[in-house]
Amino acid sequence: MEYVSKIFLILLSSILVNNFIMSRFLGICPFLGVSKRVSTAVGMGAAVTFVIAMASLITYLAHYFILVPLKIEYMQTLAFILIIAALVQFVEMVIQKTSPSLYQALGVYLPLITTNCAVLGVAILNIEEKYDLLQTLVNGIGGALGFTLAIVLFAGIRERLESADIPEPFKGFPIAMITAGLMSVAFLGFQGLIK
Amino acid sequence: MKVKDILFNGIIKENPTFRLVLGMCPTLAVTTAAVNGVAMGLAVTFVLAASNLVISLLRKFIPDKVRIPAFVTIIAAFVTIVGMLMEAFVPDLFKALGLFIPLIVVNCIILARAEAFASKNSAFHSLIDGIGMGLGFTIALTVLGTIRELLGAGSVFGISLLGQAYEPAIIMILPPGAFITLGTLLALLNKLDQKRQQKHGEKA
Repeated sequence: MEYVSKIFLILLSSILVNNFIMSRFLGICPFLGVSKRVSTAVGMGAAVTFVIAMASLITYLAHYFILVPLKIEYMQTLAFILIIAALVQFVEMVIQKTSPSLYQALGVYLPLITTNCAVLGVAILNIEEKYDLLQTLVNGIGGALGFTLAIVLFAGIRERLESADIPEPFKGFPIAMITAGLMSVAFLGFQGLIK
Repeated sequence: MKVKDILFNGIIKENPTFRLVLGMCPTLAVTTAAVNGVAMGLAVTFVLAASNLVISLLRKFIPDKVRIPAFVTIIAAFVTIVGMLMEAFVPDLFKALGLFIPLIVVNCIILARAEAFASKNSAFHSLIDGIGMGLGFTIALTVLGTIRELLGAGSVFGISLLGQAYEPAIIMILPPGAFITLGTLLALLNKLDQKRQQKHGEKA
């Protein structure tokens, strides 16, 4: 029972309390870059969720079954980024073959995911927190869902901002940053949810 | 190309943070204090200069098709070196920056410069470009860190400036402060830019 409640806490914390974007600052580049339309934001969220889930699993296995037995944990950064890059390439090829329409929709975002720090970040965090396999998966998927939540909400706001009357110097990135800041204040409210 | 031009291109004209808006994750995350901003900036400068140099030297040997994985491997090697050096000599800073040291690998600035500059230019020019971009990044992070630390804790580089009477605005060192400070700074720079353009317009 204690284990189940711990899993639940990890899920809740990764989606809301330690939201990747709003409190951990992971994956800001795609957050600002692909949040102009809700539909593309949803696509990016889906692609990231898929890649993070796969990457969490594979980096976990690689760490405990290759790096630790060989005592080369210091190669972690190098090994993980290569795994993620290969994984993204692989996912891209699979999607291209099996579902051309999905590939069309995700197209440009897929290669970008390699440099999404959320993917590498969550892989390293899983090892640092000493999570087991199930906890690793839950943390990865939860974090990715939190990412999707934040990017879709943000895209919704940005769509409306486009028709708003914004002072000239604030147009573009500045107003996006300040909007994100206000959203971040809202997410701070979740802070008390978990001790 | 003149060395001075390349250097100042990175620091001012194409400042990675204020002009290109690249590498936002570490920019927002570590600037809770001025000293963290400086440390992060210098770590990135080292990786940027070293990887630019090596990539430029190898640019004729790396096949075009696998260049991105090759660049990433080179960058990851230098990031590992920086991480080990920091852990050994400045353990406190290493702890404060935490996760964001290994994450230098995926800092878009480094890969962007490798792709846009180092893979096309001579080794010496690439080194200078790396140093210039790195310094531009360091300056931006230091400015952000200083503003946030001053407003959020009443001090700069750990030295109390505003005295006891100042009630620190904690929100500035919390995540929202990062977004709002950077947004305001970007708007300010836009405003300055517009003024300068207007002046030029009047002269012409």
